[in-house]
Amino acid sequence: MRIRLTFAKQGALRYIGHLDLHKMWERVTRRAGIRLAYSQGFHPQPKIQIAAALPLGFSSRCEIIDMWLSEEIDLSGFAEAIQAAVPPGLHIQQVDIVDDRAPALQTLVDSAAFEITLLTPADDELPRRLSSVMESETLPRERRGKSYDLRPLIESLSFISPDKITMKLAARPSATGRPEEVLDQLGIPFEETRIERTQLILK
Amino acid sequence: MLTPEQIQQKLDRILLKVIKPGRYVGGEYNITVKNWDTTPNRVAFVFPDIYDIGVSNVGLKILYDQVNQREDALAERAYAPWTDMELFMREGGIPLYSLETFHPLAAFDIIGISLPYETLYTNALNVLDLAGIPVRASERTMEHPLILVGGHSTMNPEPMHAFIDAFVIGEGEEAIHDVINTVARFRQSGTTGTRENMLLALSKIPGIYVPSLYTVTYQEDGTVETVAPVRADVPKVVTKRMVAKLPPPPTKFIVPNTETVHNRATVEIMRGCTRGCRFCHAGMITRPVRERSVAEVVAAAEEAIRSTGFEELALLSLSSSDYTNILELVTTIGEKFGDKHLNISLPSLRIESVSIELMERLKDRRSFGFTLAPEAATERMRRIINKFITDEDLLNTTREIYARGWTTIKLYFMIGHPSETIEDVEAIATLAKKVLAEGRKVAGMKVKLNLGVSTFVPKSQTPFQWVPCDTTGQIKEKQDVLRRMLKDKNIKLSWTHAEDTFLEAFLSRGDRKIAGVIYTAWKNGAKFDAWNDQYRYPIWLAAFEEHGLDPDFYTHRQRRLDETFPWDHISAAVRKNYLFQDFRMSLEGEIRPDCRQKCYACGILPTFSNQRRENPGEGWKCPDVKSPAKQLSVISVP
Repeated sequence: MRIRLTFAKQGALRYIGHLDLHKMWERVTRRAGIRLAYSQGFHPQPKIQIAAALPLGFSSRCEIIDMWLSEEIDLSGFAEAIQAAVPPGLHIQQVDIVDDRAPALQTLVDSAAFEITLLTPADDELPRRLSSVMESETLPRERRGKSYDLRPLIESLSFISPDKITMKLAARPSATGRPEEVLDQLGIPFEETRIERTQLILK
Repeated sequence: MLTPEQIQQKLDRILLKVIKPGRYVGGEYNITVKNWDTTPNRVAFVFPDIYDIGVSNVGLKILYDQVNQREDALAERAYAPWTDMELFMREGGIPLYSLETFHPLAAFDIIGISLPYETLYTNALNVLDLAGIPVRASERTMEHPLILVGGHSTMNPEPMHAFIDAFVIGEGEEAIHDVINTVARFRQSGTTGTRENMLLALSKIPGIYVPSLYTVTYQEDGTVETVAPVRADVPKVVTKRMVAKLPPPPTKFIVPNTETVHNRATVEIMRGCTRGCRFCHAGMITRPVRERSVAEVVAAAEEAIRSTGFEELALLSLSSSDYTNILELVTTIGEKFGDKHLNISLPSLRIESVSIELMERLKDRRSFGFTLAPEAATERMRRIINKFITDEDLLNTTREIYARGWTTIKLYFMIGHPSETIEDVEAIATLAKKVLAEGRKVAGMKVKLNLGVSTFVPKSQTPFQWVPCDTTGQIKEKQDVLRRMLKDKNIKLSWTHAEDTFLEAFLSRGDRKIAGVIYTAWKNGAKFDAWNDQYRYPIWLAAFEEHGLDPDFYTHRQRRLDETFPWDHISAAVRKNYLFQDFRMSLEGEIRPDCRQKCYACGILPTFSNQRRENPGEGWKCPDVKSPAKQLSVISVP
């Protein structure tokens, strides 16, 4: 039985990385008395898929995880049982049953929306820099020694208030836009912000 | 003092600049967060190494539970920040804070620091400094928290005497409540509440040592002449606390959100050890043996797994094989948890074939190696350390382990035992090769051997407290012998750096004069001494120089048989006479067998006779003795 959970990851959990999140879910389900299915082999691993890795430091309102259970269960009370077993900062928002043979969750993600809170309110020039980013044809950048064009990865970018920016970036396996790259392009240091993923758009 | 909100705001701006920020934010499952304003007694427990190492400490887990069970008290946690975080905290003016509510440590009434081993000493000083609390006890006032320390290293508290207000000698489950109650009385009493009065009251609690209430004089040769209390109403000797019946084990373990060392649920099945290995500090200071019942252990294990979701369960004790109903215990645990994708570990097994049976019953998936600790490789040496096994037993057991499908065995040995020769060291390598060769006969070329060879450090309150520690030169020579003899790629040799041993040696048996050395070394940058890469050997040597002290006096000197030790006013309830007899027996190669069958009058029974009477039952494993004192006469002193 394959179940898809949507959850928010906030508070202290912002500082918990992708691999640790895997382990966390294994323990959450054990605490909730839910039996996960395990892979075969010498080192059996629980069958869990997380849609898209959330970078360290980001909070989220929209994480998605698929888990395979070893038995068919009745879903009434399921969300409550999980919610009682998660650490503070994790909130279950939705539970769905998914076809066992549906494509892997990671391949379904198309784009992601982010909301950025500026810890120091923006200077007057920011809206202008923002427009200039959107108006440019290309934004050649380098990341970890590789050059790429940031511009086609930005689907939208808006100035909401002196301390808030929203953006929607491509999030396909071969083309993933990173909010901190956009912020850098805007001259905003990453540590001076709080970033929250607000939506994962599936194909 | 900064408010929790101010601290959190400052943290938000630095956490993404440090490695593993998850260490510094708390928020784990099973933490206890109480209302700060309405809870009068506030205790912060600190493990003075990084979160990854400290969070699984079982001792602090027990105390955290004990304190949080009280309506009138709260316990929170803090750990030492790694060097990157420390730099940002100092730059940003962020004091060390608790992970539950982000209160600065200085706002607590009591800071309880765990010091299980000596290489944490400089970190303890650093923790106080990061909390904005004067490092020297004499500079603290009623404005500051009480600095309390517990853990095995307190069996010789003197090197840390200048920095700590009070030490808990022995077990803390009951003592912590007495300390909280006494501190509360002085905090709430207004005008009479001077720090001196509070410390005096604390010194009257059994097992609490307040170093500022004692003075030490020295002989001309630098050894201790006398240690005496400054007042008649302060005890001359502080005897350890001992919990006659082990309280229910904690089960609501904090579940870290990040990867840590020993990320697992534990149940302590037994405390203490009756084997009497002469090098073993824990074995001497945690007597008597007390066991939990099989039913209690199994129920606690079930509850711990249910409440944590951990994938590993460890059944802890100093010698699992000696637990009375070990077969029943592992059979039950194996049946209950065998198919739940859990790893169950049972450390400290004796070298005998039944140990393999135990591991089989746990349905161990053999993904972990099988660990045994012979400690010495010649009969002479094994008699000296009182851990007697034969090569034949070891080889039979290891052969059987390989035959049953474990491909890796880990063997622990120690070099540097008293009167050890190069032949005794060579015997370790020879025996290791034999173990591997025998393994190959039954399981082929795939078998592997991990050989951990640590170096013996003489500890206070043990039969070897009189002996010198090997010099770094001797240690390196012995390690060279092992490296030269063990070139097989299927034997993985690991060892302790000689410099680390040297540091541990003078901290373990140091006197009050060492406090100045610790302070100077810390001021000059020594910290994280338990980490090889952080160890600052020259800083320590310079600190000795600055104080006009010779480290060899503490490490390599054969101590006089009639010497007064710096820790003689601290009692683990095992008499110095008994330790001395045992030391003499070791020189004669005389073994003292397991004391479950026969009492050798170590001193535990007369010290705790009242507790034993008040707690009858099967848990306490000392044999029945009509009058323990009379047993003295049957022991022949060589």
